[in-house]
This record gives sequence, C-alpha cells and structure tokens, in this order.
Amino acid sequence: MQILGLSKRDSTFLLIVIALTLLTPILIQPFPVGSGLNTFNAGYPDLMQKIAIFGIFAIGFNILFGLTGYLSFGHAAFLGIGSYSTVWMYKLLDYNVLWGLPLAIIVSGLFALVIGFISLRRSGIYFSILTLAFAQMMYNLAYSVLTPITNGETGLQVYESDPQVLLGANEPSSPHLFGIVMRENFWTPKIGGWEFTFNNGYYFTAIIAIIVFYLSLRIFRSPFGLMLRAIKTNQTRLNYTGINTRPYTLAAFVISGMYAGLAGGLLAAMDPLAGAERMQWTASGEVVLMVILGGAGTLMGPVLGAAFIKYLENIFSKINDSVLHGWFAWMPDGLEDFLIGVSHFFVGKSWHLTSGLMFMLVVIFLPGGLVEGGQRIKALFKKKRTSGDDGAGTEAQPTAAE
Amino acid sequence: MSKSNFTRRGLLKTGAVTGAGLAMPTIFTSGAAAFTNEPTGNTVTFGFNVPQTGPYADEGLDELRAQELAVEHINGMGDGGMLNTFSSKALDGTGILGKKADFVTGDTQTKSDAARASAKSMIEKDGVVMINGGSSSGVAVAVQGLCQEAGIIFMAGLTHSNDTTGKDRKANGFRHFFNAYMSGAALAPVLKEAYGTDRRAYHLTADYTWGWTQQESIQSATEALGWETVNNVLTPVGAGDFSSYITPVMNSGADVLILNHYGGDMINSLTQAVQFGLRDAQANGKNFEIVVPLYSELMAAGAGENIKGVYGSMNWNWQLSDAGTQAFVKSFGEKYGRPPSNSAHTCYVQTLLYADAVTRAGSFNPCAVAEALEGFEFDGLGNGPTLYRAEDHQCFKDVLVMKGAENPTTEYDTLEIVEQTAVEQVMYEPNHPMFGGDDATLGECNDGA
Amino acid sequence: MDAIILQILNGLDKGSAYALIALGLTLIFGTLGVVNFAHGALFMIGAFVAVTLQRIFNLSTEHVDPTKTDFLGNPLKVKVPYVESWFGPEVGAALIDWSVPIAIVLAIPVMLLVGFVMERGLIKHFYKRPHADQILVTFGLAIVLQELVKYFFGANPIQTGAPDAFSGSMDFGVLLGFDPNTIMYPYWRLVYFLFAAIVIGGVFAFLQFTTFGMVVRAGMADRETVGLLGINIDKRFTIMFGLAAAVAGVAGVMYTPILAPNYHMGMDFLVLSFVVVVVGGMGSLPGAVAAGFLLGILQSFASMNEIKSLIPGIDQVIIYLVAILILLTRPRGLLGRAGVMEE
Repeated sequence: MQILGLSKRDSTFLLIVIALTLLTPILIQPFPVGSGLNTFNAGYPDLMQKIAIFGIFAIGFNILFGLTGYLSFGHAAFLGIGSYSTVWMYKLLDYNVLWGLPLAIIVSGLFALVIGFISLRRSGIYFSILTLAFAQMMYNLAYSVLTPITNGETGLQVYESDPQVLLGANEPSSPHLFGIVMRENFWTPKIGGWEFTFNNGYYFTAIIAIIVFYLSLRIFRSPFGLMLRAIKTNQTRLNYTGINTRPYTLAAFVISGMYAGLAGGLLAAMDPLAGAERMQWTASGEVVLMVILGGAGTLMGPVLGAAFIKYLENIFSKINDSVLHGWFAWMPDGLEDFLIGVSHFFVGKSWHLTSGLMFMLVVIFLPGGLVEGGQRIKALFKKKRTSGDDGAGTEAQPTAAE
Repeated sequence: MSKSNFTRRGLLKTGAVTGAGLAMPTIFTSGAAAFTNEPTGNTVTFGFNVPQTGPYADEGLDELRAQELAVEHINGMGDGGMLNTFSSKALDGTGILGKKADFVTGDTQTKSDAARASAKSMIEKDGVVMINGGSSSGVAVAVQGLCQEAGIIFMAGLTHSNDTTGKDRKANGFRHFFNAYMSGAALAPVLKEAYGTDRRAYHLTADYTWGWTQQESIQSATEALGWETVNNVLTPVGAGDFSSYITPVMNSGADVLILNHYGGDMINSLTQAVQFGLRDAQANGKNFEIVVPLYSELMAAGAGENIKGVYGSMNWNWQLSDAGTQAFVKSFGEKYGRPPSNSAHTCYVQTLLYADAVTRAGSFNPCAVAEALEGFEFDGLGNGPTLYRAEDHQCFKDVLVMKGAENPTTEYDTLEIVEQTAVEQVMYEPNHPMFGGDDATLGECNDGA
Repeated sequence: MDAIILQILNGLDKGSAYALIALGLTLIFGTLGVVNFAHGALFMIGAFVAVTLQRIFNLSTEHVDPTKTDFLGNPLKVKVPYVESWFGPEVGAALIDWSVPIAIVLAIPVMLLVGFVMERGLIKHFYKRPHADQILVTFGLAIVLQELVKYFFGANPIQTGAPDAFSGSMDFGVLLGFDPNTIMYPYWRLVYFLFAAIVIGGVFAFLQFTTFGMVVRAGMADRETVGLLGINIDKRFTIMFGLAAAVAGVAGVMYTPILAPNYHMGMDFLVLSFVVVVVGGMGSLPGAVAAGFLLGILQSFASMNEIKSLIPGIDQVIIYLVAILILLTRPRGLLGRAGVMEE
C-alpha cells in the first residue's frame, strides 16, 4: 500500500506514526488513576500538547542539524518569535488561532532568513556561536528593553484593555479554532480505574504534527534532502564540483526556523502567555539535546527525544516525599528511609540530576540515541530470522519506530 | 466591564455568582462538577508550586516546609501552630469541610513558562483546587492568570511587584505578601530619621518588571522626604560582576546607594559595593549609606557581614514577639530545626487563610472562597490586624523595617527589627497610578463551570 | 578620565576571569579536540573547594552557654571551631580568614585529580565521536556535577570573603598622578588581576619553554605525525586536561570573594566562555586571552551611563554584538587557524 507519494515502507511507517499519535492519550496513561503509579501517568492535556509541540520543534531542527549537519544554538529565538506573533494576534484581533499561526510561521521564517543569511557565512562552531549570539541578544532584549513588545519577565499576555477588534459576542475567551476551544476536552471516559483525557488542543497539535512529520519525511526522501545529506557528508567536495551549497543550507535553515515558529505559535495556541525564557540559550540547548538524545538524522528520533525530556521535566519534578512514602510504605522502616534518602538524589528538587545522568548514559551506551536502542531491541527479536538487509547506509531509515 | 461577560459562559457565570449570595447551598451541593476540580472523595488537593531548581531553590524549599506544616495543622496533626492564635476559629483541625487536606508539589524553575506548565499539570492531572507558592513576581502573575482562566484559586507566595495586585490583579488571585509600594512607604520615615532629609540617592535597579516597580516606589517615597535622585541605572539580571555599575557611583555626587536587587543579584551587588569601599566612604560631608529595599533571610545569609547596618524591609520576621509568630516559630522550629523565613511564613499563612475561607464559605467553589476572603479582617497570624482588601485582593498590615545586625549571636539573627511601620502608613487607594490606575480590574470570578 | 580608567580596571578584572576560563577551554579544544561543556562546572568546583575548606576550618565543637538562648528559647549552643581550639584563637581565626588563598593549595591537586578522572574515565572515549556527542555527554556531566554540589551546599550563594588584609581599597589613582581618592580600587580585585596574569604567563611559559610543552604544541598542530614519532601523546594530553581543569579551578577559587559562589555559576559562565574562545579563534591560546580581555573591557564600557543612555540595553548585548561583528569580519576569530572545528 502506498499513500501520498511515499514508498511502501514509508507509508507503513507514516500510518504507524499516525496511529501512535492519535492513541497517545491512552498509550501514555497506562496506570489506574487511584494507584500509586499514577504519578507516572502523562496523559493530561498540557504534557501531551508539550510533547507534540516540542516534537514539531525537534523535527524541524533535525532538518538543519541531523540532515545538513549545521548545529544551531539559537533556534529557541524562532520559537519565541512564533509565540509573540501569535499572542499579538490575540491582542489585536481575537482569540482565533487561525490568524496567529500563519503569522508565526511567516515572521519566524523572515527572521530565520536574515539570521541564516548572516550566520551561514561561517560553518562549524563559528556558525553555532553566531546563531547563539543572535538568539541571546534577542532574549536579553526581550527580557528587559523590549518589554513594551514582549511584556518582559512576566510574559506577553492578553489584557482586557487590548483592542481585539474581531472579538465576537459569543466568542470564547481563550484560544480556539472557530469555536473549538483548545483547552477543553471533548471526551473524558472512565474505564475501570482508568481515566483518559481527549483534549481539543492536543488533537489540533497532533494533526499539525502529523502533517509536518509527513513534510519532513518527504524532505528526507527528496532530491533536496539528498543534497542536504551530501552537504553534511562533504561540503568541500560539493563546492569543487561547482555546486553552490549556500541556497540549500539557507533553505534548510529557514525551514527549520519556520518549524520552530510554528511550534512557538502552537505553544501560544495552547496557552496564551509567552514567557521570554523560551528564547534563552538553555531552551536552544534543549532542542539540541532532544535531537541528539533521540537520534540525530533519524525521522522518529527527535520526537522521541522531545517526549523523553518533557516527560522527565514534568513527571520527575513532581515526585515528593509523600509520594515516595506512598511507594515505600510497605517496607521496613530502615529500608524505607534509605530508599527515600537515595531517591532524593534523583526526583523532586533533584530531577535535573536524573536528566543529566540520562544524557550521559544514552550517549555513552547508545551513540545513535534512543532510536538505536529501539533498533537493538528489534535486532534481538529478529535474530532468529535472516539479518541480511541490515546493511550500511540505512542511518536515516526509520526502522526504530516500527 | 469584563469582556468575558459577553460570552454565553460569562453570562451563566455572572448568574451563578449573583445566585451564590441568595441560594448558595442548593447551587453548590447539587450535581457533579459544579466548578473546576470539585473535590468528590474524602480528600481535597492543594498544589504547592515553588522553585525547586535554579537560584531560588532554597527559598522554594523553605516554602515547601511551611506548606507541609500548614497541611499538617489543618489536618489536626502537630501542635496546631497558628491555628491556636488565628482570630477566625472556623478551622478545628479536622480537615476542611470534613475532607482531609492533601497536596502535590511542582517546580516553577522561577520561569513563567515552566511555572505554568507545572501548575497546569496540577490542575489537569491532580485536580487541585488551589495553588500556592512561588518566589518571583513574573511567576506569580503568570500562574495567577492561569488560575483565573482555569477557575481555581491562586494564593500567591513571595511576590513583591506592585503589578501582582496592581495592573495584573485577578479575581481568583490573592496576595498576603507586601509589595514594592509598601516597602517604600515603610522605609521612608526610618530613612528620614536615620539619614535626614537632605540626601542624594543613586539607584541600581534590576532590569525587569519587579525592579522597575521597586525603584519607582522607593524613588517616589524618598523624593517625598526631600531626597534627590541622582541617577537610576538598570542592570542586567544575573550580571554577577556589578563593578562597572558601582564604580560610577563613587564620584557621582550621591551619598546613598539604593540597590533594587533581589536574591543573588543583591548579594553580589551589595558585597561588591562594600568591597569598593562605599560603606566607609564620605560624600557631601556625610557618611555614605546603602539601602536594600527588600530583604530576605537567604539574602542576608548570602551577603554575610556586608549587611551590617544596612536598612531594608520585610513582610514578616521570626523575631516578632506576638503570640501567632511564637506559635509558628515553635512548631516550625521543632519540626525543621531552624526558624522559618518570611517566604515560608507567607505560604503557611496563605494556606491557612484559604482553608479558613473555604470553611467559612461552606464550599470549595472558588467564587464562594473569593467572596469569603474579600474584605476579611483577621489577626493572630503574625502581622497583627490584617485586612484582605476586596478591591484588589491585597493584604494590608504592618510592614517591618529591618537592619543588618551589628553583633548577631547566631546565623539566624543577622537581621534585626528596627520598626514596625503601621498599616496606615503603607495604605494606598486601589486605583493608585502605580497599581494600574483606573484601568486595573479584577475581572469576574471564574469557577470554571 | 578617572571614570574611564576605573572601567578599564573593571574590564581587566572581568577579562581576567573570562581569559582564565577560556584558556583552559582552548587547551582542551586545541589538544584533545573535545568540546567540553563541563568546563564551567570545573570553575564552579574550584570555587566550592574554597567553600569546603572554609567549612572544614569552621568545623566546631559545641558547648552549651546557659546565659544565652536560641530562637526556640532553648539554651544556646556556642560553636568553637576546632582550628581555634587546636592552634589557639589567633592562629585559628587567621586560618579561617585566609581560607581562600589557602584553598589554592588544596585546589590544585583536587582539580588535577578531577581532570584526570574525567579524561580517563569519560572524555577519552569521546575523542573519535562527533562533536555533538561530546557536547551531550559533557553537558550531562556538568548537570550532574552541579546538582551534586546543590545537594550538599544548597542553592543560595555562599559568602566566601577575602582575607581582612585585602578587604580595603587601594588608591590606584595616586600611582598615575591623579588626586587622592579619585580612583579607589579594591585590593582583592587587583590581586585577582595579578594572579590571572601570573597563571596565564605560567601556562604560556610552560608550553613554550619545556620539552613537554613543545610536544603538546606539536600534537596540537599534527597529532598523527607526533604519534608516529613514537611519542605517547595520549598521556601528555591527559596531563593537559588536568592542567586545564586546574586553571579553571584556581580561577574559581580566587573569584569567590568577588562573586559569592553558587551551584549554577558554572553554567552562567559557560556560554560566555564559549563566545570568548570562538571570538579568539578556535585552538589559539593567545586569541582566547586577548578575546577575554577585549570582551571584558568592552562590556565594562558598555555599562557606563553615558553609553547606556545613547543605546538602551547595550550592556546586555555588547558581547554578542561584538562576537558577531568579529566573526563576520574575521572568519576564524581574532587569531584562529583554518580547519579547526569548521567542519
């Protein structure tokens, strides 16, 4: 079966991705709500939305970094620009996300064009530092001097006194798409002890995520994608053959910037407040980590990396002493105290430590990122069958997600 | 007029609020989920959203200690703390409306985005009815806005910017902590007495919204004394080395340096100002002085000896001698082996005030709780008689003026109370220009139904 | 004029810190070809060596003083540091007072050890891996190190003062023929500048005038050929990593009186030090030092009121702005060589 101009293999892959995305509210909510393991459930709207949005961000970043080999340290700037554009549309027009999202893509694309044009005059770490410098300048100014535009530290938000010229009489007072309110849930079934949340906003981002994933798949498989991969492999040789690589790298930069802008716009579409910190270098670093952690250059890797990091940040930070007591209460006192003491290093206020350790472990033992972990597991199961076609050059084959 | 009134839901909501006064029992006891996260089991969950990573992690840790203590006291464990001294006797140590209080915690990272994400997970996943905590105004405003949208109550933690109950005030948000205006108003008379009326002040101000409101407030308060403002220089947040901002002070003709900095910025700028000899310097024939409008225990600890003799203000201090303070310090000290900080105190009090308001309202409905808090007058929680003003949800109470102690005996009394400025002195109109003027409105209470 | 001289002094001081960190970072880049995101953490660990030493000196015996009470009304436990009871109050107090300079002695072996362990245990395995992997693993390590420090020392800055002998200011202006009391500069900051100059000079002399340094410089230029000559370059590189860690560490120790150390100070310096290194030119030690001082001085000037009033917020972006301008006019930074980290 082939769909949308994809090969048979890619079609299957896309269908699997679509199924996984649509079933996420069930898949990441594996435990009954009443149980002690409820802490590990991630099936609530905000986290699901964040995973999908940062997945989009990482997919776009991967086109620049994974495919083309240019490591940008300033992509969070485009995320921020996307958010600010969208919130400004709320302030000027109304809460319909239809105005903000295209604008977010366009504005961040324009910024990416300018910044990319300048930064791509250099390569390697010089390029990285140029992008970092642009992003840090934008963050520092957004936090302080540009407060009239960005509302600084507090974050840009909608005030009652804003014009909102298109605001209709019956319009919802939070982001929506023609009346479909993003933060509302359309179905919250309870089955046994399990509770699932099907949220408008999540499905909105999920559908967009599938579309942009499909686009990225097409880019990977296109002659353009091949050219980008050639640039990563040996740019000098390409230059010698008379090919001007700059338009290709610039196109990759702008595309990834637009992905970031879309992600930023979606952040604002889910939650109408845009904080300046989302432009900081740590946020730029986060998307780099997501892509490397998941597997740079693979299709599914960035999404896995995004999900992994967001899960860690939101779930591990919430494990406090009373949760730990709940888990270990059945143990003898001494052992319980010991385990809680050990856990203090890894959860709650120390969740950063866990993420740091995870980065190290993954990069040490799985050089290809989480995707490689998936491949190894798959290889274990496949061992009995022939291992003939696992040849070279399949780096970008999305085997892991299957 | 709030815009949400024009929406269908807004109309229903307004109807519900109006109806609440007339026939509360029938409205709020009927049917499932009359409002966001209506507690149905035998527990009710609070969300304690404090910084657990980043520069303010220690402050968040202390807030968390106090919040846990408050939950214990509400549930009748421990010695009851301030419940014994609180003027309202609605809470009797059997939980809230027959439900046991429970809590979840989250990490704000002192970032608006992260704080909102953490608060959202509490609302969406854990079903909290109230969120409390935080140590920055940006976070407080961001989370307050979220609680307003979601239809739960926000009891602010440490947030000192005028905006929280000024231009960003919300019907579902309440602040017990004092604010920048109050700091200025409380400090002014003490500064006048100590340093006279003929002074020239140089401001270093953290370049973000809190810094600006703090600077604006203290400038207007000192100028009212007759002081002259020589200059106001904005410094980047987290600058670390402030030397290039401090050296121009020395030959500027100023004789007072006002540091509108908080946390690590204040520790570094004060330490470096002292290193550059400003404390020992003479200017205009007077001793050069340094003022830090907002103090905290952690800042005092970090700055060490450099705070000796430096004036500042606080919301509360464990060295107060009233019964409420003593009860709180005793139960906190016995549990954790240290006196509570003023951010811990405000979080503890806010949690109790919320629980008390629920009990008096007889409902967890945020609009009923808000109504019970609005205009509520109470005593026995450490600050003397206090009013939760209905117009802007700001508490009004005495403000403490502090000074770095010359001879501290332990690591906990590095600050001493100089003056308890009376509440009348720090009062202002709800439509004061520093608080958003006439444009600032609370909007409509939202219960999320 | 005096204002400008003061800002130059401020800039030299900032620049000293930048240059010291960038120097170590460049040593690691240049010799090992590794992008070390944990370098800021090494600076931080150095600072906490000083904090730890101060804590050790302050370890105390407790005895109850019935005449005083603590905050709960119980009798106060008075603490007397062991060093005071062992060496007498005066020597003990002097030890505590001088804990920062003494910490240098402790920091050098500690940091060398940390450097060796890091290189042998982790970095060694990443020489052949892509730079992205190096970034991820060292960033992860930096987080782990700073979280461990946070676990034991908390998040609040810890005041670690200079000895009282250095607490005042020196009338620097008189030396230059100004009126007294116009250019006052704290002794410790002058000490820091001198210290940085000595360390930087020492590292350069070491590389320039010793056989060891010559081999390392040869290795930086062409690792393979040096290896083919039968020289064990790996072992020397390990030592270089230890040396870079020690430079970062002592820089951290000496900086504690200027900046009260906290667990995330390394991260705060990390981005800045990378900018410094790249502006200086990858793999160039003189470039790193020059860029450190240049950016430090420019940042100080940008903080002046006269300049801030012309261009608001310039002090927040000056470093990045200068970095962009330099990289656009000089493709490999101030003194960089072709082909280093350009792929």
